Amino acid sequence: MAQKVAILGAGLTKFMRRAKETGKELAFEAARMALEEANMDISEIDCVVMATAPDMFDGVHMKGDWLSDGAGAKRKPYMRSYVGGGSGVFAIIHGWYLVASGLFDTCLVVAEEKMSSCMPHPQGAFNAIYDQFLERPLGVNLLWIFSLEMMRYMHVHKISLETIALVSVKNKRNGLDHPCTQKGIAGEYTVKDILNSEVIAYPVYRLMVSPVTDAAAAIVITSEHEAKRRTDNPIWIEGVGWCLDTSYWTNRDLYYPKYVEYAARMAYDMAGIKDPRKEIHVVEPYDPFAYKELHHLEGLLLADKGEAPKLLEKGFWDRDTKDGIPSCPSGGLLGVGNPIAAAGLMKVIEIYLQLKGEAGKRQVKREVKRGLAQAWGDLMQVGTVVILSK
Amino acid sequence: MKFEGISLGLKEFEKEIKVEWKGKLEYEWDCGIALSKFMEGLKHGKILARKCYACGRIMIPPRMFCERCFRPTDEWIELGDEGEILTFSVSFVNWDASRRKKPEIPAVIRLLGTSENMGILHKLGEVGDTLEEVLKNVKIGMKVKAVWKKEKEREGAITDILYFKPIKRRK
Ligand SMILES: [Zn+2]
Repeated sequence: MAQKVAILGAGLTKFMRRAKETGKELAFEAARMALEEANMDISEIDCVVMATAPDMFDGVHMKGDWLSDGAGAKRKPYMRSYVGGGSGVFAIIHGWYLVASGLFDTCLVVAEEKMSSCMPHPQGAFNAIYDQFLERPLGVNLLWIFSLEMMRYMHVHKISLETIALVSVKNKRNGLDHPCTQKGIAGEYTVKDILNSEVIAYPVYRLMVSPVTDAAAAIVITSEHEAKRRTDNPIWIEGVGWCLDTSYWTNRDLYYPKYVEYAARMAYDMAGIKDPRKEIHVVEPYDPFAYKELHHLEGLLLADKGEAPKLLEKGFWDRDTKDGIPSCPSGGLLGVGNPIAAAGLMKVIEIYLQLKGEAGKRQVKREVKRGLAQAWGDLMQVGTVVILSK
Repeated sequence: MKFEGISLGLKEFEKEIKVEWKGKLEYEWDCGIALSKFMEGLKHGKILARKCYACGRIMIPPRMFCERCFRPTDEWIELGDEGEILTFSVSFVNWDASRRKKPEIPAVIRLLGTSENMGILHKLGEVGDTLEEVLKNVKIGMKVKAVWKKEKEREGAITDILYFKPIKRRK
């Protein structure tokens, strides 16, 4: 039997287009803040897990090892979690099994991304995710896979651009209340504003894309007996799940993320959840692009296939919903920023704060006992899911 | 709560003390067993797929093992050079985020004769130079045909196919 695992503290840096701090410095600040909340010293941490996405962003070979000092890992059992954009949520899964297994009692989970160093644009680093034999010679860029997937999703379910734009409107508004939001990202926008922005790769408009961001995030997790000794109100990790699909991404029907469904089913089974639409009260699906929030809500089985956009129009995913499920109350990647690995852990932290009732202006109106964070990454390929509860 | 981080504007960033490094590595990748044969086929204007007898799938890109059945695949199948559009996009951005006036039109194309959803990434051509024109001329599900490089210019690469273009139906 796995031992229960709790979250005791969380830390975040500001989200920034260009941070003065190095990646190590950012990681340190987030880790220090998480330790402070947990009221723990680094000497009380048994092991460290760190998520950080492509080495190519930093131009540092095995940057997980280079950054480890900033994550407090010196002379500790240390592991890097890396499944591209899915890394932030994968890191807490990784930390969970180190503690749940009984091997360790405490774990510091840190996620960091510094994208701004990569010139002329970090998007270039992503070209290397495409197949080097058959795809890269075509002159690829990262936006292609998203615009191709979005087009397929819209085509199969007959979803309008106006509806997809509503995701940007919702998340950019929610992001206004996040204290770490990146300058110029959040705001009051209308659907018209979104569709008046530049078409970068149709059907993707500029305001449907999350920005380039530097930031770090961290949490402290412990075993049940450590948690009970240290706090009266721990937040528990109830379920985790992850799944990787084939890298032959053009051989799958892109309208539906099956791998997210499989990851979600694994987490629901572990948490004993039979009806996620009733038992999940707040959700942070991964939203690097506007359509992806809807795509992921369907993969998470929180809406039938093709129904997430209709529920969006009805306000079902709004932060102040009474009978719906608030989705991306943080503002998400569209409203706060997208420091790849740190963005995923930011979502876990949002669910943690919502369950503690400490989300401030972002606190959802409905009662919440259980929440879910999800991230996605690689070549339309990986889903990572964690379920937290009071 | 205090959140750390010093956010630099573009002008401040340019004035920062910085160190620069340019990686100068090059790679030469063997195409392996399946793709070497596929590329050789392209040189001769042929598109080759691979069939797995266990699941019955006819697969492109071809592979020597079936990732679904996890067993070796069994047979080479020559396909025609016509397919249907599964999805497409109209891209105005280059990899370095610079903008382009004339869009590129990447598409996932399923070649006729392959199994369901067996798409490959390629580009569309002869469908217009503006967003409006492309959206008028291209529909998902539409049939397209490969436009090849001249035979003596082919080198055994995916770019031996220049692009796919719509098949005009006789009225
Ligand atoms: Zn097979």
